[in-house]
Amino acid sequence: MAEVLLEIEGLTKRFGGVIAADEISLMLPAGELHAIIGPNGAGKSTLIGQLTGEVTPDSGRVRFDGQEITNLPVYRRSQLGLARSFQVTTLFPDFTALDNVALSVQAHSGHSFRFWTDARSEIALREPARTALARVGLAERAATLVADLSHGERRQLEIAMALAGRPRMLLLDEPMAGMGQEESIRLMGLLRALKGAITVMLIEHDIDAVFALADRISVLVYGRIIATGDPAAIRSDLAVREAYLGEGAADG
Amino acid sequence: MSPTTKPPVKTGWSMGIVTPRIGLNIAAIATLAIVPAYAALTGNAFALTLFTRVVILALAALSLNLIMGFGGMVSFGHAAYLGIGGYAVGILAKEGISSGFVQWPIAIGAAALYALVVGALSLRTRGVYFIMITLAFAQMIYYVAIGLDRYGGDDGLTIYHRSAFGLIDLSNRTIFYYLCFGLLLVGIYLVWRIVNSRFGMVIQGARSNERRMRAIGFPTFRYRLVCFVIAGAMCGLAGALLANHTDFISPAMMHWTRSGDLIVMVVLGGMQALFGPLIGALTFLVLEEGLSRLTEYSNLILGPLLLIVAISIHGGIDGLIAGRRSG
Repeated sequence: MAEVLLEIEGLTKRFGGVIAADEISLMLPAGELHAIIGPNGAGKSTLIGQLTGEVTPDSGRVRFDGQEITNLPVYRRSQLGLARSFQVTTLFPDFTALDNVALSVQAHSGHSFRFWTDARSEIALREPARTALARVGLAERAATLVADLSHGERRQLEIAMALAGRPRMLLLDEPMAGMGQEESIRLMGLLRALKGAITVMLIEHDIDAVFALADRISVLVYGRIIATGDPAAIRSDLAVREAYLGEGAADG
Repeated sequence: MSPTTKPPVKTGWSMGIVTPRIGLNIAAIATLAIVPAYAALTGNAFALTLFTRVVILALAALSLNLIMGFGGMVSFGHAAYLGIGGYAVGILAKEGISSGFVQWPIAIGAAALYALVVGALSLRTRGVYFIMITLAFAQMIYYVAIGLDRYGGDDGLTIYHRSAFGLIDLSNRTIFYYLCFGLLLVGIYLVWRIVNSRFGMVIQGARSNERRMRAIGFPTFRYRLVCFVIAGAMCGLAGALLANHTDFISPAMMHWTRSGDLIVMVVLGGMQALFGPLIGALTFLVLEEGLSRLTEYSNLILGPLLLIVAISIHGGIDGLIAGRRSG
């Protein structure tokens, strides 16, 4: 097994009486594409939030590349190479697609206390941004304002922004939600191409995509991981079928 | 792929061909440039006084536009920086230190320091809370000024000698006007460089979506704070100019309604428009002056007029001219 990149240990989070994360422990080896599936309200987004630092866990620890990051602020985790995409696209609507990605490049190119040079003319920012846009198939939309992009294109842009920071790990929160079929296929191709190079935690409702892409899958129900395994093992796990994959599967 | 790609609307000053926006800006600059000649030819000294005021308050509004327009930080206490800059000049003059080389750096430095303190506390909050905290600090400074009995308290203090800059005599009204005008142009140039720099991208990104900025790896607080301090310093300079212009300082310089006026100038001219504050200050002060000559109830006309502008044309006068999309 490759070295462990992300190590989650006993992560617990309560919101009032609701338990959103219940002693979650998980290890992701470098290069793995790990999918998290589970019904709505299972705590998938809370898990992502605790990994990125937007949600503070009540207890438990998160280690990234051997370093404890449980109490690091959001921007520090990003700088360490832990990038995320958002479930609801949250981009900079009054910037162009290229400006959005260039900002992401800039975030990972040293400090930004540079007051003089026109950032839009800096090749060091624009070129990597163009490359990232091309990677997700948005090269022709570089000069388009985000406000004028389609829903699917915005999701692609989300991925481009995450990739532009040259992350070591991607946290993808339902990247295919609301995408057309063509866009979904393209994104799946992209994720397949990334496999091995970048560690990915994928939260996705499209079960077919998950089973086709993931190295391993964890099933999250009411804040607890009830099963972890490769796609074949998860498919055959009866408990999982009852809890999640649908009544039809369990009945049959 | 949609073929109906609209050209990107650049924030601030778009370079290249002459657009209506550029035409308006050039007209405004040209008008301001010939004011002293007009005043001399017609013997209308008041025009010079009025337009000196326009230029100084445009500099203050410019600094407000940097944080409010580009940075999304709606400061409702911006007049405090005018007051601090003005009081620095007035207090030093009263104590016998009349050199501008001492007065002005202290005015700028004191305003920057105040901005650092206010920013460090207020930038942790959002929306209405941010507005209220900046207002509360400004009110505090206002009452501190009232309490300064040695420096005139409520009545204010007359400055008998303008800041001394060697051979440059600021009591010559034309020279003083051109100095203010030159500083305004330098200020506009600085803001242009800043908002298009990497720093400016961070500031504008944080206005647009601060959560996302942190997610992609920016420690937004420190950038917003530095921006807040730059704006404070710039407005402190405007305060030093204003004190020299009126030869007088008083707490009224930083009354909260003055902060409101500055916001109106920025909104009227067009937020995020490089020349917006200049256009806004020009329009606001000339309208105010003109209406007050027609009727003593000028605010009854000015108020609704500004309301109509704010509601109907998104992007202020600049938006109207440049045809920026509303919404």
